[in-house]
Amino acid sequence: MTTQLQATSVTTAVDVEAPVERAFRVFTDGIGSWWDPGHHILEAELAEMVFEPRVGGHIIDRGTDGSECRWARVLAYDPPHRVCFSWDINLSWQLETDPAKASEVEVTFTPEGPARTRVVLTHRHLDRHGDGWEGMRDAVGSGWSLTRYAEVAGQR
Amino acid sequence: MTNHAEVLTALADPTRREIFERLARSPSAVGDLARQLPVSRPAVSQHLKVLKSAGLVTDRVAGTRRVYSVDSAGIAAVRDYFEQFWQQSLVRFRTAASQPIQEET
Repeated sequence: MTTQLQATSVTTAVDVEAPVERAFRVFTDGIGSWWDPGHHILEAELAEMVFEPRVGGHIIDRGTDGSECRWARVLAYDPPHRVCFSWDINLSWQLETDPAKASEVEVTFTPEGPARTRVVLTHRHLDRHGDGWEGMRDAVGSGWSLTRYAEVAGQR
Repeated sequence: MTNHAEVLTALADPTRREIFERLARSPSAVGDLARQLPVSRPAVSQHLKVLKSAGLVTDRVAGTRRVYSVDSAGIAAVRDYFEQFWQQSLVRFRTAASQPIQEET
């Protein structure tokens, strides 16, 4: 896995042992199978995540009490090679209702062989979150990310 | 990994955050900032020193003025945050996607 940093974006790449179609399907339709269960902005307990497979659709968190949160707008949907969605979450992990303050995530899927796919994720326009420093400080300060990353990485 | 602690400490102060956000909108000299804010010129200079030390702002000489602007590293903490988040998430994704499509039992 490699990560590159540019001025206002982060790019992370990973190779998965799966055909490109499966990699795309797991990322989109199967998003609930890998998304960190600790990172949802619903009050209620999470029941499911839905990735609507079309431009103009949303990524939706649904709670066990019927509540839901549409935290991303699907901006591009080109199976099995590319998907792009908005990141309508501010740095305090609350819904961002102003599209001008939303960042953007693009993911590309490139076959490296019949059962191997390179997945490159770019999260760009991070500067649009510019006034959320305090929330980010709290989130970073809680120390979840490195700890959880080490836990997950350590299992492999 | 950048200097999280220094960046976050620098931006924890409301006046410094205000200065940083103003510089993000447009590069300015010390005097410009002192006129816009309810703080003295020496205080602005002191805040800029802290921001510069944290790698958040940079300065250059333009004629007789020293102009401050946001360093491209100014959003380093935000990038670090998402770098960590996506690395962790893609490890989970790789695990999910690489599992056999059907278990042969």
